[in-house]
Amino acid sequence: MNPLNGVAALGRGTIGAVRSTGTLTLFALNGLSHLLRPPFYGRAFLRALIDIGFFSLPVVALTAVFTGMVLALQSSTGLSRFSAGSAIASLVVLSVTRELGPVLAALMVAGRVGAAMAAEIGTMRVTDQIDALATLSTNPMKFLVAPRLLAGLVALPFLVLVADVLGVLGGTIIATVKLGFSVHTYLENTINFVQTGDVLSGLAKAAMFGFLIALLGCYHGYRSKGGAQGVGAATTAAVVSASVLILAFDYVLTELFFGQ
Amino acid sequence: MSTPKIRVRGLRKAFGDKQVLDGIDFDLMAGTSLVVIGGSGSGKSVLIKCILGLIEPDAGSIHIDGHDILRAPRDAREAARARIGMLFQNGALFDSLSVWENVAFGLLARHKATRADARARADDVLGQVGLAPSVGDLSPAELSGGMQKRVALARAIAAQPDILFFDEPTTGLDPIMGAVIDGLIVDCVKRLGSTAIAITHDMASARRIGDRAAMLFKGKVVWIGDASALMESGNAMVDQFTHGRREGPIQMELRR
Ligand SMILES: Nc1ncnc2c1ncn2[C@@H]1O[C@H](COP(=O)(O)OP(=O)(O)OP(=O)(O)O)[C@@H](O)[C@H]1O
Ligand SMILES: [Mg+2]
Repeated sequence: MNPLNGVAALGRGTIGAVRSTGTLTLFALNGLSHLLRPPFYGRAFLRALIDIGFFSLPVVALTAVFTGMVLALQSSTGLSRFSAGSAIASLVVLSVTRELGPVLAALMVAGRVGAAMAAEIGTMRVTDQIDALATLSTNPMKFLVAPRLLAGLVALPFLVLVADVLGVLGGTIIATVKLGFSVHTYLENTINFVQTGDVLSGLAKAAMFGFLIALLGCYHGYRSKGGAQGVGAATTAAVVSASVLILAFDYVLTELFFGQ
Repeated sequence: MSTPKIRVRGLRKAFGDKQVLDGIDFDLMAGTSLVVIGGSGSGKSVLIKCILGLIEPDAGSIHIDGHDILRAPRDAREAARARIGMLFQNGALFDSLSVWENVAFGLLARHKATRADARARADDVLGQVGLAPSVGDLSPAELSGGMQKRVALARAIAAQPDILFFDEPTTGLDPIMGAVIDGLIVDCVKRLGSTAIAITHDMASARRIGDRAAMLFKGKVVWIGDASALMESGNAMVDQFTHGRREGPIQMELRR
């Protein structure tokens, strides 16, 4: 085998990655620009908002409660050798608000909503419904993409706020029922440790993640081709790429907010 | 001589190294209807998608009412396209909306009507294609194929466009329903005084709908003439196609 094949493949891969980053960025800017120019589709926005914000509540809530419980349990076995119960409260609330709340909620929503968006828009693409929109004086980017981007941006911070509260609740349950701390002390410790910045940074991350989920769902759906198989591929691509980008942006944003 | 409603010159489009349209020329006068025939994959759908602006052609010009819409500013292009109604090959109904919202979509999108007015208008248009107002509350998935075609037809004519495109309006329907749809199309075109292009594989349908007929082969218009002359055109390719013969100048590329 020619050793240059490997180099060529690497080059092709790099060029491909740069090109798809470019088209994704253009797609995002195009979608966002429609949020600034009328007409605005309030109905489509509300539908997407309810779909993301309301119907994701159960899965996000369960994830948050169990995460809080596990964190409390783990820290009790790991930390109690060194420090008092206050450490548990602080560890739970900081982990949940800064990291696990936004990241886990976003990953769950990516699996649920990102996939559904890619499937819906992808089906519309392969059945000519997107072309039909254009023939009925409706810009598909404005009608399908822009409302979803905005809904993702708005709904995720709300979900994460709920996740923060329920995560702390999960921690409280374990700390009081299993580890024997008083509710009052535990919550007092929690309040003392958490700062507005912790919560706000988590919400800012959530907004970014929500935008990414909607963006990749729409992007892969919009570009899908080739019938049911193409829509399936778009759905998978939407979830995988959103999940990877969520983790990558989590690092970038953490560096931005907390890095020295 | 007056300017044609639609004038297409030298239209070319390739996907990859596949030349789908290879210099299409035709004129269509206002108020007449043209049927386009041609083998599967000969680029019929691509041709009307180019005129609709859904596909960007590689070369050539498309004039509507004498205006070159490929080179016009965006507003003018959109205005020209807003006057075209399109019935897609597979209906392309919005499955997240009810039937009446589908029919009234163009009216609501242009803010030309309140929802109540749009509903009334949708019921009216549904009546024109022989569907009861109660059908308006169903979702497209609850309809049979023939009903979906009729709803798609209603959506195409709802805004009273002066140009109408029909992509295989009767494919997959029983012969009676096919004749009914053809009748509806002729009625609509007559009533609106529209200029129409219809793609079809059905020769009976072609003679019912069209004033003129054109045959596409290998990306070119190989024959254009009166639809009534379709069966005895004297063109070997058209003859083979209309009579469905296996032997003839057209060799189906079964292997690619
Ligand atoms: N978006 C596209 N990307 C790539 N190739 C395309 C695209 N649209 C059409 N083609 C190709 O162009 C050719 C013509 O397609 P078109 O849909 O116009 O055929 P048609 O004449 O309408 O056939 P049918 O009668 O089966 O509907 C086909 O070979 C098809 O594969
Ligand atoms: Mg076709």
